[in-house]
Amino acid sequence: MTGSPLLRVEDLHVSYNTPTGLVRAVNGVSFELGREKLGIVGESGSGKSQTGRAILGLTAGAQVRARRLEFEGIDLLNASERTMRQIRGKCISMIMQDPKYSLNPVMTVGSQIEEAFLVHSKTSKREARARTLEMLRAVKIREPERVYKAYPHEVSGGMGQRIMIAMMMIPKPAIIIADEPTSALDVTVQLQVLAVLDDMIKERGMGLIFISHDLNLIASFCDRILVMYGGRVVEECIASELAQATHPYTRGLLNCLPSLDGGQDELPVLQRDPAWLTTPGGTR
Amino acid sequence: MIDVRGLDVVFGHGKQAFHAVRDVSFSVERGHSFGLVGESGSGKTTVLRALAGLLDRVARVSGEMTVAQETLLRDRSREFRRRVQMVFQDPFGSLHPRHTVDTILGEPARVHRLDRISERIVTALEEVGLDASFRFRYPHQISGGQRQRVSIARALITDPEIILLDEPTSALDVSVQAEVLNLLMRLKRDHGLTYILVSHNLAVIAHMCETLSVMQNGAVVETMGVQQLRDHTPEMPYTRQLLTASLGYDRAAIDAFEEFT
Repeated sequence: MTGSPLLRVEDLHVSYNTPTGLVRAVNGVSFELGREKLGIVGESGSGKSQTGRAILGLTAGAQVRARRLEFEGIDLLNASERTMRQIRGKCISMIMQDPKYSLNPVMTVGSQIEEAFLVHSKTSKREARARTLEMLRAVKIREPERVYKAYPHEVSGGMGQRIMIAMMMIPKPAIIIADEPTSALDVTVQLQVLAVLDDMIKERGMGLIFISHDLNLIASFCDRILVMYGGRVVEECIASELAQATHPYTRGLLNCLPSLDGGQDELPVLQRDPAWLTTPGGTR
Repeated sequence: MIDVRGLDVVFGHGKQAFHAVRDVSFSVERGHSFGLVGESGSGKTTVLRALAGLLDRVARVSGEMTVAQETLLRDRSREFRRRVQMVFQDPFGSLHPRHTVDTILGEPARVHRLDRISERIVTALEEVGLDASFRFRYPHQISGGQRQRVSIARALITDPEIILLDEPTSALDVSVQAEVLNLLMRLKRDHGLTYILVSHNLAVIAHMCETLSVMQNGAVVETMGVQQLRDHTPEMPYTRQLLTASLGYDRAAIDAFEEFT
């Protein structure tokens, strides 16, 4: 991590009132994000997406509390809606999982990206168009002029996700939260899209929170990893050292993956221990 | 056990025609698992559906398919439908939401006029590791992994020889995937089943199968024994690239990726 952190999260709780009682989706998560790629990995229901959403105040109907939730000294928890609108997109933006559902189906690709730019800067339509085309080129779209005029249904999944990246990058945010950004894509396309994201993050010195269920991908793509289970961070480690993780949950997850080189032996099954929900996670 | 020669599948007519599967041939020995791997749109699921006889009314299917010495006709025999069962990808979409597990499991047994249906349901549930308390629940009352177990139980109820598995674990968390893969391996051993497994995940194929074919754009690019995959020594450039991509993020390798058309 270099310099002071962009984002500080201390003891974050997100809970929902449901007919069957209070559901604690996130239960005391703390971390700092610098100009780095931070991976949050966990299974469904671990609270990884809720953590990402809480940072941007996108958890409708939830009770969110934290000892501290700060972006460059701005308290995100008590910020006004007006301030939050300034922060969303311009300072922190989010790439969602499925471009099919996250892009507006009745707007052309060009006008959606332009809109993201115009909302956050006082500039001419013409300038916005030029910047949009430049951005489409930057995310390695081969015919930017054609894609500019296309509707989301006319582009492939991989291209749709590049368009999402272009849209999120154009206001030049400091932090990107990517929630399973490439899980709906084929492996080769997935890596090509990640390479685009990676290059931009390095070039601009941004911070990335990369949320995924894919341990191998996170270990090879990110700098640092938080492993979440039951709304808590059970383990934190350097990405390249994930293979040496010590928490039984992380070990269990790693062991139950079928291996490309392995035999056809029985896969070790993850035995869940209720104590993981109460004991504080190990930090290395 | 299974022999497919020169399978072609075309959807639509004239200018609209789409050639989804081109000249695909493979054979699977009794008691083996055969993997079909490829990216989305490569035609792997279409091959499976053509074999099951699910496409004859919506596409033009040609080629020769033989299953246990029975040459498959456009209308499959009742015996074929008993012997060959299928498990689908999405455990949410493939179980009737308003039928109990009991009704879901009983239906294929009734269709095939089997006896002792109640007994068979209990046995099938036991086989997939679900106790009798699941019998009168609805799909929405059980988890994704349990639903996939019910789908497997439904396939087992007719006492099949072949099970066609279409991405059976790709909608599941990795810990649940391990349980379902272990279950499939055990059932294969106990019942001498033959599997065709469709997956985009090379590691799952490497774990489960003896032989595999890699598909791209409707055609088979390469067929190999699993050892060749485990040794990372496929011959075709397309397969090598797929393998590299499956090993994780490697910034330098990505620049060398080629477009295969």
